[in-house]
Amino acid sequence: MNITDLTVHELIDLLDKKEITSQEIVKAYADRIDEKEKDVQAFVTVTTDDASKMAEKIDSEGRNGKFSGIPIGIKDNINIDGVKTTCSSRMLENFVSPYNATVIDKLHAEGLISLGKLNMDEFAMGGSTEHSYFHNTCNPWDLNKVPGGSSGGSAAAVAANLVPWALGSDTGGSIRQPASFCGIVGLKPTYGLVSRYGLVAFASSLDQIGPLTKDVTDSAMLLNLIAGYDEKDSTSVNIEKKDYTKALVKDVKGLKIAVPKEFLAEGVNEEVKNAILEAAETYKKLGATVEECSLDIGKEALAVYYIIACAEASSNLGRFDGIRYGYRAENFDNLREIYINSRTEGFGPEVKRRIILGTYVLSSGYYDAYYKKAQKVRTVIRDEYQRLFEKYDIILTPTSPTVAFGIGEKSNNPLEMYLADICTVPVNIAGVPGISIPAKLDSNGMPIGIQLIGKHFDEETLFRAAFTFEQEVKFRANNKPEFKK
Amino acid sequence: MIRDDYEMVIGLEVHCELSTKTKIFCSCPTEFGGEPNTHCCPVCMAMPGTLPVLNEKVVEYAVKAGLATNCSISQNSKNDRKNYFYPDLPKAYQISQYDKPLCNHGHVSIETPEGEKDIRILRIHIEEDAGKLNHDEYGRGSFVDLNRAGVPLIEIVSEPDMRSAEEAESYMRKLKSILEYIEVSDCKMQEGSLRADVNVSVRKKGSTEFGTRTEMKNMNSFRSIVRGINYEAERQIELIENGEAVTQETLRWDDISGRTFSMRDKEDAQDYRYFPDPDLVAIKLSDEYIENIKKALPELPESRKKRYMEEMDLSEKAANFVTSSKYYSNIFDEATEKCNNPKAVSNWLMSDIAKVLNEREEEADKIPFSGKELGELIELIDKGTISNSIGKKVLNELFENPKAPSKIIEEKGWVQISDEGAIKEVVIKVLENNPQSVADYKAGKDKALGFLVGQAMKETRGKANPQMLNKMFIEELKK
Repeated sequence: MNITDLTVHELIDLLDKKEITSQEIVKAYADRIDEKEKDVQAFVTVTTDDASKMAEKIDSEGRNGKFSGIPIGIKDNINIDGVKTTCSSRMLENFVSPYNATVIDKLHAEGLISLGKLNMDEFAMGGSTEHSYFHNTCNPWDLNKVPGGSSGGSAAAVAANLVPWALGSDTGGSIRQPASFCGIVGLKPTYGLVSRYGLVAFASSLDQIGPLTKDVTDSAMLLNLIAGYDEKDSTSVNIEKKDYTKALVKDVKGLKIAVPKEFLAEGVNEEVKNAILEAAETYKKLGATVEECSLDIGKEALAVYYIIACAEASSNLGRFDGIRYGYRAENFDNLREIYINSRTEGFGPEVKRRIILGTYVLSSGYYDAYYKKAQKVRTVIRDEYQRLFEKYDIILTPTSPTVAFGIGEKSNNPLEMYLADICTVPVNIAGVPGISIPAKLDSNGMPIGIQLIGKHFDEETLFRAAFTFEQEVKFRANNKPEFKK
Repeated sequence: MIRDDYEMVIGLEVHCELSTKTKIFCSCPTEFGGEPNTHCCPVCMAMPGTLPVLNEKVVEYAVKAGLATNCSISQNSKNDRKNYFYPDLPKAYQISQYDKPLCNHGHVSIETPEGEKDIRILRIHIEEDAGKLNHDEYGRGSFVDLNRAGVPLIEIVSEPDMRSAEEAESYMRKLKSILEYIEVSDCKMQEGSLRADVNVSVRKKGSTEFGTRTEMKNMNSFRSIVRGINYEAERQIELIENGEAVTQETLRWDDISGRTFSMRDKEDAQDYRYFPDPDLVAIKLSDEYIENIKKALPELPESRKKRYMEEMDLSEKAANFVTSSKYYSNIFDEATEKCNNPKAVSNWLMSDIAKVLNEREEEADKIPFSGKELGELIELIDKGTISNSIGKKVLNELFENPKAPSKIIEEKGWVQISDEGAIKEVVIKVLENNPQSVADYKAGKDKALGFLVGQAMKETRGKANPQMLNKMFIEELKK
């Protein structure tokens, strides 16, 4: 038995049967990180020493709950008290957080142990993790390929068995797209289901924290841990707490699934397209109704996304001014220069590009034409989903139009990079939940993910459909990353 | 006073710190002072990842202020971000309200030499205060203190309805008084919890167009508001008379030199990039919520003034004075309840008490004794236990070392002598010692009586009941 190969629910079984200790689990991961991290480079900060101490404490004092003694990896834009939160930016290279995010408080209360902070595109802006100030992260299936992004470190770490599961954040696809590129499961919950308190904001009206896991069962378990109303986040929604593992039933009979034709049109890789059509066939075979439908919002959603997300980001990132914390330029002669030099030197090019875009669309004279109009179109997009969900339970699309691309391949073409978000972005615009699950490998041995989109706060149906598919195609059982060099 | 052919047009943006226990978006205390950066948490220090949560008390207080100034309350409101960089603004945006303020279109009335006048209020909105910069006197740098960052404010924006510095002062005093009455702010101007941005322009009398205005920022005393407005109006008139244009700009009033200085020029005109704060949800108020606040409002100055004039027969002048401050008015109510002599109470407030405050350069909130104590003092005078002149000495004692007036006069031995036997003794002694005055009186010189009474008062160190003295002297002299 190789501990790091196991899913979390398998680890819990062993812990429950006392066949394994928490220290053994943490040790196995620490060894695995020693072995593979140099190839994958998923981490910004490794905290396995602290994790070992925690595990020792739990083993000696006894576990106080189901998840006690289970390790986890955390995207480096989620605050842990006393640990660096860098957002993979020079700006926060040395920023040690003075407080815990709500999700971290929840995990700590259950006895979960953090193994470290995971690499990402700077301030979660990007889809390849190439925008990290520190280093690229490599895709475990092919080390010359990107892991996706922005939660690329989280996805690669889970795929490479460097952590059993991880938290990421998703503003326009930042959990689902890297999950798809790395052949794992990634869920963006409904906006408002998980507290954002302690997640360094990129775009407040779109950001959600969510799980990146080896399988759907782990995804449902991790969502159980982090979901719920938080009085510290006014946008979190006060709904009844659910046990999502109850939805893990292999049964899609009668489920109505829509496949929007626009998401299989030009620009979508042929093998990706075929994987979606095969998935549709699989669902049909299992008793679901699958119909082609129309959801012609891709272009508009992308435009709306880059206006709203950049507008909010331009304001959210104002606090990184070199005054109270974070990077401050060494040379300046006055206040203006502290600001300009610190931000010029502290932010990378992608972050600056989006701050400039966002500042522009909020400027007086342009506000109505861009930001205000984008808000109106956002309502239209939400209504479009509403319309489809009157008839269907689930919408099936690709997670990304392509599989993972080569490192350096798109990094000089921001527009092409933005277009790669076309399948995931509309889901954030509408605030509905979406999950990416691996379907198969393409002809080059790279994973292809399918995306299932559900109604607001109907994660259960998503889990049921995802679980059924997973049990049927057995992707994880049949495929392993090869660390191709 | 400005030239007769010009008139001023003045509008005020009044910032008032609310006296909620906690800040507007976190649970830090709002208390003034404290070591720098001790009333702070990750939220008000704008640590990455923190989120604001609106303090519902702030909404309640702002609605109270709106209702007390005759505003209509908006049932659908929201918070917006005002983006700009400054070291005292940790998020690099201030959470404020832009196009949907909580309160709209109210008015308050002020007294002018021409009678009552309504000053219209355009809007009242809620927002957070910024921190404070302490500039090192040795030039080693500036230090940011975020204790004040996130303290709740309301901004009350008037229409440009005031036509003189005195009207602006009256308006500001009226607002202060209302905000004190409804207990939403301590209105301590010296601590900056009530301050005004003053917009001034001038125009030729009879003109209906507005001139170019300038804005004086952060004025925090009545005196500087009056001086600043007069200075600024004269400066603008002089510019116009010299054929120059007034520049629309933001100014800083300097109390020491008595003049204004430009703070920033036009090129720096800020684009605040207002947009709705996506971290906060819309503010929705039900009819019931607003109605409940309305019902719980304390009696406001207008209504008290009416009551004092109609039920207690005070003159308009006295009623205006007494209601000019919640503190006067509350003392008045309490004292009147005790002594049942409203006229005497208002006289004491207007003359002796106001005089002491004036000498001490203090406001009515600094009166150290209660209305009950003042009421007792008046009662003692009315009953003849002490004389009016002893009463004034008791008042001074009340300012120094407040306690029950009956206790003060007992401790000081100031009780009036009203015992007939004792008084008769004094009267006979004085008559014996002053035969000339007795003779004068008998010869028809009535003035001699006053001298004799004065002698008797001297003899008793002011404690003899003057009415009884008078009466007894007359009786004895008739014999």
